[in-house]
Amino acid sequence: MSTAVAEVVEKKSEPLFSKKNRKLISNPLDIDNPITVQVLGVCSALAVTTQMEAAVVMTIALTIVTASSNVIISLLRNTIPSRIRIIVQLAIVSLWVILVDQLLKAYSYDLWKQLSVYVGLIITNCIVMGRLEAFAMGNKPGPSLLDGLGNGLGYGLILLIVGFFRELLGGGSIFGFKVFEAMNIHYTGNGLMLLPAGACVIVGVVIWVQRSINGHRETH
Amino acid sequence: MQTKNEDYNVRQSNLYIILYAVALTIVCGGILAFASQSLKPLQDANVELERKRNILATVMELKDDDDINAIYKAKVKESVLDFEGNTKEGINAVDVDLVKEYKKLPADRLLPVYEFRNEADPSKIDNVVLPTYGFGLWKDISGFLALRSDLNTIQGISLQHLGETPGLGARIVDEEIQNRYKGKSIFDGDVLKSVEMQKGEGNDYSNEQHKVDGMSGATLTAKGVNNMLMDYLSCYKNYLKKNQQNLSLNTNL
Repeated sequence: MSTAVAEVVEKKSEPLFSKKNRKLISNPLDIDNPITVQVLGVCSALAVTTQMEAAVVMTIALTIVTASSNVIISLLRNTIPSRIRIIVQLAIVSLWVILVDQLLKAYSYDLWKQLSVYVGLIITNCIVMGRLEAFAMGNKPGPSLLDGLGNGLGYGLILLIVGFFRELLGGGSIFGFKVFEAMNIHYTGNGLMLLPAGACVIVGVVIWVQRSINGHRETH
Repeated sequence: MQTKNEDYNVRQSNLYIILYAVALTIVCGGILAFASQSLKPLQDANVELERKRNILATVMELKDDDDINAIYKAKVKESVLDFEGNTKEGINAVDVDLVKEYKKLPADRLLPVYEFRNEADPSKIDNVVLPTYGFGLWKDISGFLALRSDLNTIQGISLQHLGETPGLGARIVDEEIQNRYKGKSIFDGDVLKSVEMQKGEGNDYSNEQHKVDGMSGATLTAKGVNNMLMDYLSCYKNYLKKNQQNLSLNTNL
C-alpha cells in the first residue's frame, strides 16, 4: 500500500523552507541520489549522456515533469483509489510529458527538434514514478514540489558528470567545443565511451567515488 | 461525517474506481485535445518554415535573421514530377506527403522538385533541390539534395532524422558531415552512381567522386543514407537526364 511505504515527512504544518524541507532538495544531490543510491533512471542516464548538451536538456525537462507531477499527485493523494494508483500516476506523468512536448514544438521549434526524443523518454523514467509512489502519495504539495526539484537536480548532476567524461573521452569535446584540437593535441575518440557500456563504467566509477567519500553502505 | 476508515472503504469500491478512472480520462483527454488543437497552427507554421529553411540551406548560406519566407518566395519554383520526369499539373509540392510516397513503388511516386531559376535568364536552372526519404538505423531519415546547374555536381545536402543515436548516427545533421558531400558527383558518364558514405572515419576520399568519409560507430545509419540517396536519385534520373540534354543543346547553340 502506497501510504505505508511513503516516507511521511511532516505531521504538523511547518514553513516551506524549514531545515527538514531543505534537505528534500540537498539529499538527492548526494546521500539520496536517484541514480547512484536509489538506482532509478539508470536506463535514460545511459541513453542521453553522449553529449553534455543533451544531458542538460534532459535534466531541465525531467525536473519540470517530476516537480509538476509530484504536486498534482500530492494534491490528489487523498482521492486516488489505491488499486489503480499506478495508472493514475502514469496518466498524470504522460499528461505533463505530452504538454511539455507540444508547447516546445509550438514555441521553441529548434529546441523541440533536439529534445523531442528525450522528452518522450521521460514517461518511462523510473525516477518520476518512483518519487510519486514513494513521496508524493504521502506528503503535502509543498514538500512534494521540493522533492521533485531535488531529485531532478540530483539526476542532472550525475548526468552532467557522466556526460562530461563521455563527450570528452569519446569525442574529444565539451558542449561541442573541440578541447583537444584547441590545445593542439591529437586525440582519437574512444568509441567505447559513446556506447552505453561506456556510461555503465563511468556510472560505476561515480558510485565508487561517491561512496568512498560519504561512506554510504547498502543495508540489508 | 465519515470517519477516515469509511472514507478509505469508499475509495476501494468498484463504482468509485470506475468513476475515478472515467473522470481522469476525460479531464486528461480534454486538456490534451485542447492543447493539441490550440497549438496546431503555430506548430504547422514551424514545420513549414523548417522545410523552407532546409531547402534554402542546401544552396545558400542563411543568417539567423533572414526572412525565410520572403527569400523562398523570390527564389524557388516548386513543381511536382512523375517518374518519367514530366511535370504534373494541379498538385502543390507542399501537399506531397513524402512518407506516403516513400511507401509506393518508385515508378508510382509523386516527386517534388524545387528549382532555383537563374535571375537573368529564367529558362536556366541554377540549382535544383530534390527531397529524399528513407530509413536509418532506428527510424526514418530524410534530406534535401541540391545539385548545381550541370545537374550532376552536389551543391549541398541537408539531412534530418527522427531517432538516430545522439553522438553516432545523429551526426548526419552536423554541418561537418554534410559538407563532405559538397562537390561530389552523382553520375559517372551516363551511369547513375550516387554518392556512398564509406565505413570508417578519417580516410581521405577527396579524389573519389562517388565516395565520402564515414561516421565512426554509425555505419548502419550511413547505409541508410546511401540507400535513401540511391533510391531517390533513381526516381529523379529521368528528369535529371532530360534536363541535362536540354543543357547540352543550349550550350551547343
